[in-house]
Amino acid sequence: MAIVKRVVLDVLKPHQPNALEFACELADLGSEYQIDLLVKEIDDKTQTIELTISADNINFEVVSNHIKTMGGAIHSIDEVAVLSSKPSEAEQHS
Amino acid sequence: MFDRLRSFLRITESGKIARRYFVTNGFDGVLATLGLLMGFRVNVKTSLDVIIGACLGAAVALFMSGITSAYISESAEKERALRLLEQSMIASLDHSVHGQAARLMPWVIALINGLSPFCLALLVMFPLFIAEAQLIGDVPPLDAAIAVALLLTFLLGVYSGRLGGRFWLWSGLRSLIIAAITAIIIFVLNRGLNVQ
Repeated sequence: MAIVKRVVLDVLKPHQPNALEFACELADLGSEYQIDLLVKEIDDKTQTIELTISADNINFEVVSNHIKTMGGAIHSIDEVAVLSSKPSEAEQHS
Repeated sequence: MFDRLRSFLRITESGKIARRYFVTNGFDGVLATLGLLMGFRVNVKTSLDVIIGACLGAAVALFMSGITSAYISESAEKERALRLLEQSMIASLDHSVHGQAARLMPWVIALINGLSPFCLALLVMFPLFIAEAQLIGDVPPLDAAIAVALLLTFLLGVYSGRLGGRFWLWSGLRSLIIAAITAIIIFVLNRGLNVQ
């Protein structure tokens, strides 16, 4: 299975937990998770954020479940960077 | 566990509600017990057992009333807030922290609302308990309990004043004046009834 290195998500979330708490909660999912969060739009009860998650190997299911647990909803996956987990030909011959 | 509770308090913005309930119902507990004590103080000598029984009964009634009234109103409020948030999110939040907080926080607020008058009433009754156990000598237990009630009223005023950013001494004195007026009214009413 391919290794997910980076995903950019469009997420709708309630005001609470706030952006900092939301990002920290996600960063705590893995030791090398880096979270970049940008608040794009603020409404009466919700805010739309752009979430960029980078790590050596992102467990997307865990991330998406945690976003749901915090009350967020993933609207779209806007960018992905994945790496094949299969060994290269050179690695296979050696 | 406390981190989770703190996070629920923040999500539902229940901290200020809990503080408000603590002060208002705590004040109820102290004043109700002070009223009973003043009634016993003015009237004919009553045994300590009867006084403790009456005050304890009032404290338990305040505890139950505090818990049930706060739970009924807060659970409805939290449920409504959750449904409004769900409408904005266009998704169910039952399994999110918001759903969990909306179910748990009414219990926490109800407990604070019930325990606040109950515990403060028990504190007011403390001199009666130690007199009953014959641990204090010459100090009249009713007068000591009334003094504790006045002190607690003052402290509740100080606490609410600090919350509101007002001068603590003035807030404390204002509460104390209210308690003193309550005591005077009860005293005058009882004296009037006794004269008749």
